[in-house]
Amino acid sequence: MKENPTLHTKSPVSQLNRGLIYQGGALMLSLLFVAVIILLTGESPLHVVSALVDGAFGTPDQFARVFATLTPLVLCASGLIYTFTAGLYNLGVEGQIVIGAIASTLAIRVLQGQLPPPLVIAVSILAGTLGGVLWGLLAGALKVYGNISEIFAGLGLNFVAQGLAIYLIFGPWKRPGIASMSGTEPFDDAFALGRFGQTDAAPVALAIAVIVLVATIVIMRNTHFGLRLKAVGQNPRAAFILGMPSTRLLLSSFLVCGAFAGMAGSLQVVGLFHRLIPSISSNLGFLALLVVMLISFNAVWIAPVAFFFSALNVGSLQLPMALRMESSLSGVIQGMLVLFALLARGFSERNRKTRS
Amino acid sequence: MKLTIFKSMTALAAASLLISACGGAAPTAAPAATKAPEATKASEATKAPEATAATAKSAFKIGMILVGPYNDKGWNQANYEALDYVKAKLPGFTYDYVDKVNSADRPNTKGTQVADDLIAKGANMIIFDSDDFKDDALETAKKHPDIPVIHTSGDYSWKEGKNFKDQKNLINIMGQMEFTKMMAGCAAALGSQTGKIGFVGPLINEETRRLASSAFLGAKYCWTNILKKDAKALQFKVTWIGFWFNIPGVTLDPTKVADDFFNGGYDVVMSGIDTPEAATEAKKMVEAGKKVFYVHYDYKQGCDLAPDACLGSPYFNWGPAYLDAVKKAQAGTLTQSFTWNAPDWKNINDPDTSAVGFLPGKGLGDKSAQVDTLIKGLADGSINLYKGPLNYQDGSVFLKDGEKATEQQVWYLSQLMEGMEGASSAK
Repeated sequence: MKENPTLHTKSPVSQLNRGLIYQGGALMLSLLFVAVIILLTGESPLHVVSALVDGAFGTPDQFARVFATLTPLVLCASGLIYTFTAGLYNLGVEGQIVIGAIASTLAIRVLQGQLPPPLVIAVSILAGTLGGVLWGLLAGALKVYGNISEIFAGLGLNFVAQGLAIYLIFGPWKRPGIASMSGTEPFDDAFALGRFGQTDAAPVALAIAVIVLVATIVIMRNTHFGLRLKAVGQNPRAAFILGMPSTRLLLSSFLVCGAFAGMAGSLQVVGLFHRLIPSISSNLGFLALLVVMLISFNAVWIAPVAFFFSALNVGSLQLPMALRMESSLSGVIQGMLVLFALLARGFSERNRKTRS
Repeated sequence: MKLTIFKSMTALAAASLLISACGGAAPTAAPAATKAPEATKASEATKAPEATAATAKSAFKIGMILVGPYNDKGWNQANYEALDYVKAKLPGFTYDYVDKVNSADRPNTKGTQVADDLIAKGANMIIFDSDDFKDDALETAKKHPDIPVIHTSGDYSWKEGKNFKDQKNLINIMGQMEFTKMMAGCAAALGSQTGKIGFVGPLINEETRRLASSAFLGAKYCWTNILKKDAKALQFKVTWIGFWFNIPGVTLDPTKVADDFFNGGYDVVMSGIDTPEAATEAKKMVEAGKKVFYVHYDYKQGCDLAPDACLGSPYFNWGPAYLDAVKKAQAGTLTQSFTWNAPDWKNINDPDTSAVGFLPGKGLGDKSAQVDTLIKGLADGSINLYKGPLNYQDGSVFLKDGEKATEQQVWYLSQLMEGMEGASSAK
C-alpha cells in the first residue's frame, strides 16, 4: 500500500505533515537546482521566469497554444492513470499516439470526398482511437502473454510506430514529387476541427479532453473497475487469489490508455497539424508520463499540473527569442520537478519504515 | 507488481532521455560576430515617404524563421548573415530570429506559431527561409494581411508558376543557384581523377532536382569540353538523405553518405545539403593521406572549413534581396511578387549586387581559370547548358535539339538528367 496515495487508509496528521514537508522541500530543491543551472549559463532566473510567462500568456495566440498542448497532454495523462494504477509503466504511450495519428490520417485519406467533412472528422477520431487501442493491446499482450516488461515492449513498439510513420511520409503518402520529412500533403481546411478565431485551440478537442478527464476521475474513485485496477496494481497475486481476472484487468488498462493516446494522436492531426508529420506526438506522451509521476497517479491533479507543463512547454519558445537560451530548459525544469518529487517520496517512505 | 521507486526512476530516466534525444541539435551559442559589409550608396539613395521616413526606419524589424541552426556554415547561416548586411546598410533596422524551427528540434512548435510570436514582438516583416515552410508562410500571410511575408525558395507567388496562390502579402525570393551549381559541377569534374563524383542530396523536390542536375550538367560540360574526356567515363551519383540536414533516426546520416562515397572511389563529393559534412569528412580523409576533394554549398566561406580539400563553394548572397525588400516594405510598395535573382554577370562575387556567387577553392589550383571559361560563356550567353538535345534520366526527351528550357521547365524539373545515378523521385 505504499506508493499509491489513493489507497492510503487515513494517515496520522504527523505523517501527512511529514509528507507535505518532503514534497515542499522537493519543490524548493528542484527550483533551486534549476536556478543554479540558469545562473551557470549566465542568465538571470527572473528573466527566464518572465520570458516563460510572457511566452505562454503574452498573446491570445500563445494562450490558445497552451490549451492546444493541454488537450493531448490531459488525454495521455488520463490514459496513463489506468496503467499506472494497474502497476504498469506504459512507456508505449508515444507509439500509441503515433498509431492513432496514422489511423486517423488513413481514415481521412480514404473517406475524403466520400462523406461529409464533419462525418469524416468524426470517423477519423474514432479510427485514431481504435489504432491506439490496437497498439496498447499489443504492448499489453507482450506483457501478459510474452512476459516482456511493459517498459521495453512499449519502447520497442514506439520505434515501430515511428518507423511506420516515417515510411508512410517518405513512401506511399509522400507529397507529389517530394520526399521530405516535413510531412504529408496538408488536408483541406474542411477536414480541420474548428478553432477559436485564428488560434490553434480547437474547442471540440478541448471538450473531449475534459470529458475524458472527468470520466477518469469518476471511474477511478467510484467504480468497481477502478477499485479492481488498484487491487491488481497493489498485489496482482493476491487479487488473483481473491478471484479477480488479473489478465483481463491488465489488458483493459492498456486498452483504455491506448484509446486515449490514440485519440490524442488523432486530434494532433485533425486539430493542430492537419497532416501527418514524423514527430506527430510532439513528445507529449513522455511529458504526460512525467505529469502522472509527479501527481502520484492521482487523476484529480492532472488538470493543474498538465496546464503548468503545457504553459512551460509553450512559453519556452520565448527563451531562444528573448534570451537566446535553449528552449529545452523547460524540459529540464519538468524533469527536475519529477525527479525531486520521486526522491522526496522515496525518502519519506524510508523514514516512515525506519521509525515504525 | 508494485511500483517501486527504482522502477519509477528507470522510467523517468528513459522518458527524459528520449525527450532530450528528440530535442536534437546542440545548444545555440551567442551569435558569432559577423563582419558587416560597408555601407554603400544604395542605402543613401533610398527614398522613403518623407513624413514617415524617420519613424518607419527606426522601427523596422524583420522576424526570421530558420529551419536549421543559424551557424550551420550553410543555407541558414547565409540567410542569417544577410540580416547583418541589411543592418549595416539601414541604421535603426533590427531583427529577431528563431533557428532550428523543425519538428525534430522543436517538437510541438509550428512555423506559423513562431511567426505569430515574432509579429507580437514587433516584427514588421517575416522571412521563412526554407521550402518546407511553404504552408506556414501562406497561413501566416493570410492571418497577418498587413505584414509582408517572404518565403525564400517557394513559388506560391509566381503567377506563371504551377502553384500560384493569390495572396497579396506573400513574396517569394530565390537566387539562380543553377548557374553557380554548374560552375561547382565544373570544378568537381576538373578536380576529379577517378571521374566519380558523389552528390550528397537533401530531400527530393523540384528545387533539389534542378540543382543536382545543374551540377551534373556543369560537370559533364567541363569533363567533355575542357578535359576532352569521354562522357561515359564520368559517373555522377546522387544520394538523398531525406532532409536539409541530419536528423538522427529519421534521415540518412550525411557523414556516412560522404564517407561511403569517398571509400567507394568517389574522389569528389559535392554537398547539396545545409550542413558541412562533406567538408568535414573530406578533411579527415585528406589528413589520413587520401587525395579527395569536396565542393561546398550555400555558404561563401565554405572553403575555409578545409581549404586544401576544397574545390569551390557556390553560395547565396541574400543581403541585397532582403535589403531591397525592406526598403520596398518601408515605402509601402512591397506586394505579391516572385523574384528569381540572377548573378551579376559583371562580377558574380559582388556582395552588393549578385544574388549568387561562386568562389573557387585552393584545391582547384590553377584550374580555376578553366572554370572561368565556363563562367564567361554562361555570362555572355554563348553557353546554355539547358539547351537540347537533353534527355531525362529515364531516357525520355526533356529538350529537343536546339530547344532552350523555359524558366518553368527548369524550376519544375520533373526528373534528373540522363547519365545521373540516384532517385528522381521517392519510391
